[in-house]
Amino acid sequence: MNRSFIARNPSVLVFLSLLALFTIMVTVLSEGFGIGIVSTSFVKTLGKTLCLCLIAVAMDLIWGYTGILSLGHFAFFGLGGYMIGIWLMYERTRQIVATSLSEGILPPTPEETEAAIANQIFGVVGSSEFPIVWAFSNSLVVQLILVVLVPGVFALIFGWLAFRSRVTGVYLSILTQAMTLGLSLYLFQNANGFRGNNGLSGLQNLPGVTAPQSVVSLWFFWASAVALGLGYLLTAWVVSGKFGSVIRGIRDNETRVRFLGYSVESYKLAVFTLTACISGIAGALYYPQAGIINPAELAPIASIYLAVWVAIGGRGRLYGAVIGTAFVSLVSSWSTGGQAPDISLGFYTIRWVDWWLVLLGLSFVLVTLFAPGGIGAIFDHLSRQSNGRGTS
Amino acid sequence: MSVPSPLPIPESSPMKTMFPALLAALLLLFQPVVAQSGPVQDLLQSQRALIEESSRRTIGPAIDALADSGLPQVQSVLQAWRSKDMWQRKPDGHFFAATKNADGTYGLTDFETGEAVGAYPKSELAQIKPNSGIRALIATALVKFQLTDPDRALRAAALASISRDPEGSLLSPLRTSIDSEDDPDLRARKIRLERLMTMSFDTDNGARVAAIEEMAGDLGVDFRATLNPILTTRIMIVAKDDILDENIAADLAPGSEMLSREAAYALLVAADRARPVVTGDDRDAALEANILGGRIAGKPIAQMNTETARDEAYEALAEASLAPAFVTSQDIDAALSDHRFVEVYLEPSSDVTDAAKAALEISEAWVAANQAVDLGLDALSLASIYFLAAIGLAITFGVMGVINMAHGEFIMMGAYTGFVVQQLIPNHTVSLFVAIPSAFVVTFLAGVALERLVIRWLYHRPLETLLATFGVSIALQQLAKNIFGTQARPLTSPGWLDGAWVINDVVAISYIRIAIFALALMFLCLFLFIMKRTRLGLETRAVTQNPRMAASMGINPGRVNMLTFGLGSGIAGIAGVAIGLFAKVTSEMGGGYIVQSFMTVVVGGVGNIWGTLTGALMIGGFQKGVEWLNPSNTLAAQTYMIFFIIIFIQFRPRGIIALRGRAAGD
Repeated sequence: MNRSFIARNPSVLVFLSLLALFTIMVTVLSEGFGIGIVSTSFVKTLGKTLCLCLIAVAMDLIWGYTGILSLGHFAFFGLGGYMIGIWLMYERTRQIVATSLSEGILPPTPEETEAAIANQIFGVVGSSEFPIVWAFSNSLVVQLILVVLVPGVFALIFGWLAFRSRVTGVYLSILTQAMTLGLSLYLFQNANGFRGNNGLSGLQNLPGVTAPQSVVSLWFFWASAVALGLGYLLTAWVVSGKFGSVIRGIRDNETRVRFLGYSVESYKLAVFTLTACISGIAGALYYPQAGIINPAELAPIASIYLAVWVAIGGRGRLYGAVIGTAFVSLVSSWSTGGQAPDISLGFYTIRWVDWWLVLLGLSFVLVTLFAPGGIGAIFDHLSRQSNGRGTS
Repeated sequence: MSVPSPLPIPESSPMKTMFPALLAALLLLFQPVVAQSGPVQDLLQSQRALIEESSRRTIGPAIDALADSGLPQVQSVLQAWRSKDMWQRKPDGHFFAATKNADGTYGLTDFETGEAVGAYPKSELAQIKPNSGIRALIATALVKFQLTDPDRALRAAALASISRDPEGSLLSPLRTSIDSEDDPDLRARKIRLERLMTMSFDTDNGARVAAIEEMAGDLGVDFRATLNPILTTRIMIVAKDDILDENIAADLAPGSEMLSREAAYALLVAADRARPVVTGDDRDAALEANILGGRIAGKPIAQMNTETARDEAYEALAEASLAPAFVTSQDIDAALSDHRFVEVYLEPSSDVTDAAKAALEISEAWVAANQAVDLGLDALSLASIYFLAAIGLAITFGVMGVINMAHGEFIMMGAYTGFVVQQLIPNHTVSLFVAIPSAFVVTFLAGVALERLVIRWLYHRPLETLLATFGVSIALQQLAKNIFGTQARPLTSPGWLDGAWVINDVVAISYIRIAIFALALMFLCLFLFIMKRTRLGLETRAVTQNPRMAASMGINPGRVNMLTFGLGSGIAGIAGVAIGLFAKVTSEMGGGYIVQSFMTVVVGGVGNIWGTLTGALMIGGFQKGVEWLNPSNTLAAQTYMIFFIIIFIQFRPRGIIALRGRAAGD
């Protein structure tokens, strides 16, 4: 089965090989490996981009293939980040606290240690007790499970509510956007146990690891590449079979698929939940590289940018999502990072930082109007030409 | 006039007074004591010993004698005395008001006549220096005069100062001043203050109770502020069987909601009636103090890493009398059961406290009722803001079915138009009335451009409309940031919109909110008029329901869509001016309204203006309701509102007022 799947989808193999090649190349050129052409911060940027590509693949599955424009997947991304962040922050604080307490005369008791950790973490929001959501913060395994479980269950409940009342199209988009806004506002509140607008910080320091950041960044880079590869494989497999045909049918004509006897709601719910889980994993890999997560990351605008990346890359093609995301987010970080040169017109100096978003917005309008296929359509066009040449 | 003067003449003396002044000075030279007398000076002389002694304890009768004399000049005497301007002439001991001259001498003025008496060197005079205690007593005495002063502003100031810092001694001057008060406003205020001060300071408890009962149910903050000190309590600890001769408010049982066991025991400790509890820190300190050769009570330190181990070690120390024993739960129980915790009023009369309590309860019930009204008004004004922000969307999204994510940016554009107009026209009233139509024109044109350039190509692809307009929204936001900068720009409302309509101490609504409410109402009427009574409305409805049929009837769908979209955008622009008047104008302000606006339209029911209105009322009411339950947290209110909407849509997916039949479309 698997073999025939790869055989039927040569593009998957091409993608995986390119990804592996890219990973090896970056590794060899990185500071952590020794050559140092690629700086540690750039390795982190690339790693984060891979995570964004992963969530874009999930977005492509839900939007490009199933036709549900979700404006809430960045919320799942953020939830995944929060779940792993809870463990990272707890464990690191525990080690710091243990060191400082061991300087006392009496050996610390477990209660003392807990109280000191809680005080350290929640002092900024005026609390000194662990909230209930941190109940499993001391267990890496549980938090890793929660990385998948929390976005998954959240998506399941929300999706069940939304799909069973037949909310579709733009209404669903707006509803998911409202969900994101609600979640972001929820996390913003100090009383809810996520440190309010301080968010979780210091996530780049892995507890118990003494290796320098240049090496740690490579680990995360590899992990992100593996996750992207596996996620790509999984989504490609999902869309290639009968399941894929059904969800494409839902995208093109939902009513007809329902009349054919398929339970449209279950299919939608399955895709929604699956993509939420993938987003959670992507987030859990992204935020340790970013170092900090706060509720602003979950703002509705982020999810809309996700849609923009996928649209520019070309939806309905998995590689399109990856290309679009990699292209736009790298150009974006280049032009807003201050490295891009200013263009002087004599009377006015165009600064990239100021004009990048205008350019992005307008190019997005142009893509929607004139090139619905995005960048991916160019590849389609090329492969169709070569196929045509081959058969004729 | 050519008589040489041995003493300098007071410079300020006019010609008329010069001669007597000179004469006085000459007389002074040849006759050391000039007998000057009058009722005021006589009175001062009669109190001379007390005034000279200048002691807070003994001065009372002297001030009273002056204040009660009824002489018109007493006020200026007291004022001079208080401001340390009363001096005594050493030779005869008479009192004068004195001002320092440029050459170092002092010009004396007679209290009786207000005439200058002459200039004297400092060595001839003695200043009366009242200390701060005496000055306060004089001030109190002066109030009586200020309350009847012919100048209304002075009377009002005196009244304000009394109500700021009421004192029992001021009650009787206040009472006597009421009868002569002819200003109706001041008179009412005096009567009210007299009632309030009667409650606190009258010596007759019957009068106090009567005053309290008379005003029961009053909403004023001052009334509640007067009652609260009367009801101030303190907690007294007495032995179990003691009889207490106090005005008891309540018996507090330890462990009840009013007084927890811990708090009760802490009170006992504070009163030295019980041993302090050994806290975790105390225990650890004792353990650390008793380390002997790496061991505590015979156990190695390394074993002290659990709470139980530490407790055991401490108990061992306590047995060896090296530390006080733990206060056990039984100890606490025993100590608590030996004592009685009584909350007593500082006010001794139970009649007064009972009346105050009853009156406060009635007042608080009224306050709660009025707060509900206030909350309702708040909710109404929030609803009108949401309605205003959503009404443009009700046209573009509700009627045309176009998702315009740049709607928020049209609101922003309108607000910035208002800002620019205000820069050009300094008069705020004029600029506001210019800004509203200009905002409409600017956003109308922007809307038409957007419709012609982008939206008309995407009429059958709603999701792509959403994305394309989102692209426009990003670009517009960033453009606004490039042009106007990131800092918030003020849009100042004209003076007549400042302030609030104060109904009573609880219910108040600012004029700007009333204006927004009126504006929202106006737009509702305008919308209904355009949709139901004009050619454009008819054509819009026709095009929305069936564009082809409409086209075959001779309607140009492209033109109608363009105008309708422009109209919706233009209204968003006007809403922007209104919102800018009370919120900050920033490039991101639109983003704050877009989700709420869509929610308002969706919850209300797409395609129906009454639905939008109901949706706005519901969302506004719900949000204010949550805020009322949890006042410190507006964020929570917004969060719960969004979750509420998500749940609500489960039950009414098509909104409160759903279109039925063919008009509902798919």
